[in-house]
Amino acid sequence: MIHLGVPFALVAILAGAGVYGVIARRNAVLVLIGVELILNAANLLFVTVGSVSDDPLRTGHVLALFVITIAAAEIGVALAVVLALYRSRGSIDLTEPGA
Amino acid sequence: MTTLDVMFTAIGLVTAASAVLAVTTRQLVHAALWLVVTLGTLSGCYLVLGAELVALVQLLVYVGAVVVLVLFALMLTRAPMGRSAAHSTSVPQRVAGAVVAAGTTALLGGVLVPALGGQAVRVHEGRTEGVATALFGSWVWPFELLSLLLLVALVAAFAVSRMPVPDERAGRA
Repeated sequence: MIHLGVPFALVAILAGAGVYGVIARRNAVLVLIGVELILNAANLLFVTVGSVSDDPLRTGHVLALFVITIAAAEIGVALAVVLALYRSRGSIDLTEPGA
Repeated sequence: MTTLDVMFTAIGLVTAASAVLAVTTRQLVHAALWLVVTLGTLSGCYLVLGAELVALVQLLVYVGAVVVLVLFALMLTRAPMGRSAAHSTSVPQRVAGAVVAAGTTALLGGVLVPALGGQAVRVHEGRTEGVATALFGSWVWPFELLSLLLLVALVAAFAVSRMPVPDERAGRA
């Protein structure tokens, strides 16, 4: 038996930390870390609801696995874009105006 | 408070603290290392919730692969070592970010916790076999589509990283 208030509070904190990371960082890789935190908050919500519901399709757990896969694909492409940005501009500071 | 409540709270406190540190620390590499702590303890949270398969995939994919990619990206972009305030935006933007983050937290927590967090519910343990059956049964076509997505992402990352450098940059250097 578990009270769902604790996992849901953790979901809220992770999403809030991720939003802060996206807004308050200027290094592109650190912004990506914030995006990862938001994705993990969504994942924790999926797993929590999937663990307590009687679903024969196990939707919560399966969708959590799918989100992890999509996040892996996303971070691969995003880091390739960041490296291309670094090669063409010499910096990955997101507050610099585009050249 | 049940046993699972206590276990989840203990692990979740570490997760929340390390997540906040990952977005506020002034050292670049420390941010990636705090992300390791966050993702690892989150996999412990999944174990408490009885989702063994998701916990193991989280460890393998996130802690094993994604964080290594992030660390490589930090090294390849010549990240400055040591403490530096240059990774964060200006103070007004950080204050605005904190306000938006607090609003997000309050909104999500305010909706989810009162709606579903009240009474104790039973956690279904040992569902790995059911997850595997569903994954390769009803969910097999989305699953195969995801493997195609991974292939496309691999080719796209390769293509983007091999793009030619613009001439003006070469002229400047």
